[in-house]
Amino acid sequence: MAASAGMSASAPGRHEVVVSVEDVTLSFGGVTSLSHVSLQQARGEILAVIGPNGAGKTSLFNCLTGVYVPQSGRIVFYSRRRGPVSIVGHRPHLVNRAGIARTFQTSRLFNALTAFENVKIGVESPQRTGPLGAMLHLPRTRREERESDSRTVELLEFVGLRGRSNDLASALPYGDRRRLEIARALGTGPELLLLDEPAAGTNPAEKAALAELIRDVNARMGVSVLLIEHDMGLVMSLADRIVVLNFGQVIASGTPAEVQRDPAVVEAYLGAPDPEDA
Amino acid sequence: MTGPEGTVGDALSGVHGSLLHPRVFGFIGFGLALWLAVSGRRRYAARVRALSDRVTSLPRRLLPDARVRAGVYLAVLGFAIAYPLALNSYWQEVLVDQIGVYVLLALGLNVVVGFAGLLDLGYIAFYAIGAYSVAYWSGSLPVHPPFHLDPFYAIPLAIVAAMLAGVLLGTPTLRLRGDYLAIVTLGFGEIIQIAATNMQGITGGAPGVVGIPHFKFELFGVHYAWGLSNLPYYYLLLGFVVLVLFAFRSLEHSRVGRAWVAIREDEVAAESAGINVLKYKVMAFAIGASTSGFAGVLEGSKISYIEPADFTVQLSILILVLVIFGGMGSLPGAVVGAAVLQWLPQYLRVHPLLGFQQQDLYLYLGALLIVMMIFRPEGILPSRRREREIGLAEHGIGRADAVGGTSGPIA
Ligand SMILES: Nc1ncnc2c1ncn2[C@@H]1O[C@H](COP(=O)(O)OP(=O)(O)O)[C@@H](O)[C@H]1O
Ligand SMILES: [Mg+2]
Repeated sequence: MAASAGMSASAPGRHEVVVSVEDVTLSFGGVTSLSHVSLQQARGEILAVIGPNGAGKTSLFNCLTGVYVPQSGRIVFYSRRRGPVSIVGHRPHLVNRAGIARTFQTSRLFNALTAFENVKIGVESPQRTGPLGAMLHLPRTRREERESDSRTVELLEFVGLRGRSNDLASALPYGDRRRLEIARALGTGPELLLLDEPAAGTNPAEKAALAELIRDVNARMGVSVLLIEHDMGLVMSLADRIVVLNFGQVIASGTPAEVQRDPAVVEAYLGAPDPEDA
Repeated sequence: MTGPEGTVGDALSGVHGSLLHPRVFGFIGFGLALWLAVSGRRRYAARVRALSDRVTSLPRRLLPDARVRAGVYLAVLGFAIAYPLALNSYWQEVLVDQIGVYVLLALGLNVVVGFAGLLDLGYIAFYAIGAYSVAYWSGSLPVHPPFHLDPFYAIPLAIVAAMLAGVLLGTPTLRLRGDYLAIVTLGFGEIIQIAATNMQGITGGAPGVVGIPHFKFELFGVHYAWGLSNLPYYYLLLGFVVLVLFAFRSLEHSRVGRAWVAIREDEVAAESAGINVLKYKVMAFAIGASTSGFAGVLEGSKISYIEPADFTVQLSILILVLVIFGGMGSLPGAVVGAAVLQWLPQYLRVHPLLGFQQQDLYLYLGALLIVMMIFRPEGILPSRRREREIGLAEHGIGRADAVGGTSGPIA
């Protein structure tokens, strides 16, 4: 376990880095959720974070999005638009503005709004129309409305929910809710997308379609993907690299093949042989 | 508070005087009815709701065509313009002081509570700030302004003052969780009232301010004075309400309005979708405050007299009740709710048989709220979004309470 710091050196070879987590420690009272976690992700990469329940995966996402502020360590996001941005201490909306978007482990959609409105809220969040523009229907407001409408339709099409635009988010089946949450996150125009267990609770068909969608997001939209997932089949087929967390520490990282052979990983999973219901 | 008081000769006259008063039987009957309604809610709630739905969704069902609807709105506006001319001066005064001003106040609070989901219990403080601003700029306060302004021209300044107060109060407190916000705004309302009472040298203290001039308008050779009669104020108010209705409607269906819904529904998700939660909350607060401020200017100048006792916490609560009754987040709801609830007591008061007493008002309003919460929590003319939220909350999906906040792990 002491090897954790060294492991991250095996990072992104010739590639450009999109996010770099350096020695991050996060604790709640006596509970240490993350302990000296370091990892790097290359731009354009699909990086998976795996580990048993309570390992600190979601906490890592919360640190990466400004929801939690770690006690120590650095997180630097290398935005194409703005250069290096330090994440720690920034409010979540600013982190999103910088180019990191996310979904949640238990989906957090705006349930009383339609699928269209859910995505549109993401799409229009970077726009500039203020209350006066909105009240007076200024030309810029009207232009921005048109732009966000057409972008929203594109995104709904992209995730395969075009036909469900006017359905309430709460009325969508489980798999569609996960896709809608991805569409909302994509609406904000991220360079890095964090997906927290997107396939949890979906059936095999939905799972396959979701893998396809994630590959599309990565390849066609050029978005780097950081993925928490318990389904090993999905992880192995999608991820370029894998980072393994256990008790808040990075115990291994590398390509799927490397990680699968790693004795520390095998040991960590022995306690929970079926990671899917871990 | 109500009823006769005892005297030295007949110490118990208060007791039997009160017990034998006919109102008491009204209260008892009313209380029994309320108890029956509450205890029978399981059996009747669904039926009562279905019935009330059928009635209040009538406009929506009868007028599916937007053009027909616009025609109806125009007809309503025409009625609102013409009808007051036929009223006597008592009802004209009620129309301005009790109905018009409260419709405007309800519309403003509706932005804060209904659109953004923030529980503001000190809303009337901004009304006070508007009223005192106009008194200040017209030179009616013990402290004098750098230059005197006619109240009409003080309108923008008073609105800005109320808005600034909203921003200054909102920026630190809107970071707090919803329930703390309610407490802080409650305190703010009290502070404003107590400050107005005690800062004699600035506000004139408890006796209040007299002689605030009426609106006067003089520009490009056109001049008009509002004077003592009610109707000119009514039409100014009506114009402003129509303006506010258009503006708030656009707001509701804009990026800003959607951001408010997002925040109301799930603050964490909203932030993660790039919404600056604090900014939008302060915005709602400031818009509400400036609306309240305008109402204060208008009333201050019309009555030409203000005193701290006008700005009680009870009044903040009353306006909240108007908004909840009409339907949180619903513009027609705020208008109709405020108009009906403000008109009804006045009507009952002058009714020869019912003899309603103003001091019993809050008793009935409290009962009304209980009944509403059981049978129709979404209000009489609910906004569609709120209606859905309440529907979902009843099925255990999401939450429909006005006060936001998140605690515990975020997953
Ligand atoms: N807000 C919080 N307050 C207290 N403890 C927390 C909080 N968030 C996470 N934790 C703790 O941090 C640890 C890691 O949790 P989490 O990151 O959700 O794990 P994972 O996503 O890997 O299952 C757990 O022990 C959890 O209880
Ligand atoms: Mg988790």
